[in-house]
Amino acid sequence: MSMNRRAFLKTTGAGLMASAFPISLVKLAFGGQDPSRDFTFGYISDAHIQQVKGTQFVRNWDMGLIRAVREANLLTPRPDFFMFGGDLAQLGKKEELDHGLEIMSSLRGKVRYVIGEHDYYLDLGKYWQEKISPLYYSFDHKGVHFVVLNSILTYHKWTYETWSSPMDRMLAMARLDNPQGSPFMVGDQQIAWLKKDLAKINQDTPVVVFSHSPIQKIFKPWNFWTQDAEKVQALLKPFEKATVIYGHVHQIQYNQIGNITFHAVMATAWPWPYPETYSQSASCLPKITVPMNRADPFFERDATGWQFVDMQSGKTAMHYQLPDNRNRTIAFDAATGKPQDVTYQDYSRRIPPQTHY
Amino acid sequence: MRKSKCLFSACLAGLIGLGSLAFSLSSQADDFTEGDLKRWNQEFMSVVMKGEKLFHSGDLGTNKVSCDQCHPNAANTHPETYPKFQQQIGRVITLSEMVNWCIQQPLEGQPLALDDPKMMALLSYITYERRGVPLSPGKH
Repeated sequence: MSMNRRAFLKTTGAGLMASAFPISLVKLAFGGQDPSRDFTFGYISDAHIQQVKGTQFVRNWDMGLIRAVREANLLTPRPDFFMFGGDLAQLGKKEELDHGLEIMSSLRGKVRYVIGEHDYYLDLGKYWQEKISPLYYSFDHKGVHFVVLNSILTYHKWTYETWSSPMDRMLAMARLDNPQGSPFMVGDQQIAWLKKDLAKINQDTPVVVFSHSPIQKIFKPWNFWTQDAEKVQALLKPFEKATVIYGHVHQIQYNQIGNITFHAVMATAWPWPYPETYSQSASCLPKITVPMNRADPFFERDATGWQFVDMQSGKTAMHYQLPDNRNRTIAFDAATGKPQDVTYQDYSRRIPPQTHY
Repeated sequence: MRKSKCLFSACLAGLIGLGSLAFSLSSQADDFTEGDLKRWNQEFMSVVMKGEKLFHSGDLGTNKVSCDQCHPNAANTHPETYPKFQQQIGRVITLSEMVNWCIQQPLEGQPLALDDPKMMALLSYITYERRGVPLSPGKH
């Protein structure tokens, strides 16, 4: 079989046909006070568009983003807006960012962007700011205050004084398991900005933070980590309803720390293993997370996906759209005060593919 | 008489000598030292390091994708479970066949010969990153 025919069969295979079209939004009952303030937004993340040479890009990652955009276009009714969660490019090249933007341009709806480390470390966000988005900003929508952070910064010396070329720096940060890596952080400048930004908001206003890194400390060897997480969490503490949505980890994760609910988003490109599968290091995956199904490498879109988020009365429900897997929904449970998987949270409901080792 | 006695003694001494020599030669062949262990381990680790480099290089296929993009620290490779019935292939396979599947499919490259030094290096690195995990052949 020629490579082209194999690729054709993969991309038009059963997985695409098995998805439910059109994708209807499931309204979850939160006992909301004001349904007119309920809304949905879509979230696509971690596309990792990777240039091979010239106009040739890694077909696998292209297909992931193309599929997510096509499926997101079938959501009905339309979500209010979309977020892109970071790592549009693999090595931050203009060609990769442009190719990613070209695919994203078919998405019907307003899109806002969060930067990832793969977008940043080649030119320190220069092209991103020119072409795509500011690095950090906030906006309000139907009574919810949204904040976008650049949470993939790191120490000054590592960024400016260590590498002999921008590409060397980018390659160093691109390697997830790099022993010469450096932890992600938000940094004091943004912490100060965030403090001022949140000072204008009432404490009963729901706040949602979009970030690439987890704003938690989960697994340092793979930078599932934000060095100054506690500082950001402290700023969110006064708010009744606070949510952090993050990318980077390429897997289902969710957590509750005090008043803050955390949700990870899937990558469109490829899955990362859960940290516990690296036998030489200990990890701190949030205990309440019910993992996604183990990736089947023989279906190239397995353990990838995109998601949409319902906001009702300031509480979030994350709906993961998973090719060829049953979709997963994580919704805030008022009884436990934590996010819970609506199907699998109880141990008796777990299934074998959720065991990772 | 004395001559034959001398000859006899000489032969006896020779035989005993040869015998001790043979005995000590065979014990030298059996013994290896701490130094030997260190040397052989260094030889292995140098191949592990070559494998680590290849694993992270993006040069095994034709599309610059590197193994660590899906398998940081070789996680999720499960070397301890091979040979196993690889459900998607429909027969029992070894780790090296799975490595070649990955090189051909996501990396869009050509498979390595099973005795290729690159294959040895990759297997050494993948297994080394999984050291200490009990063998579970056949586990899905």
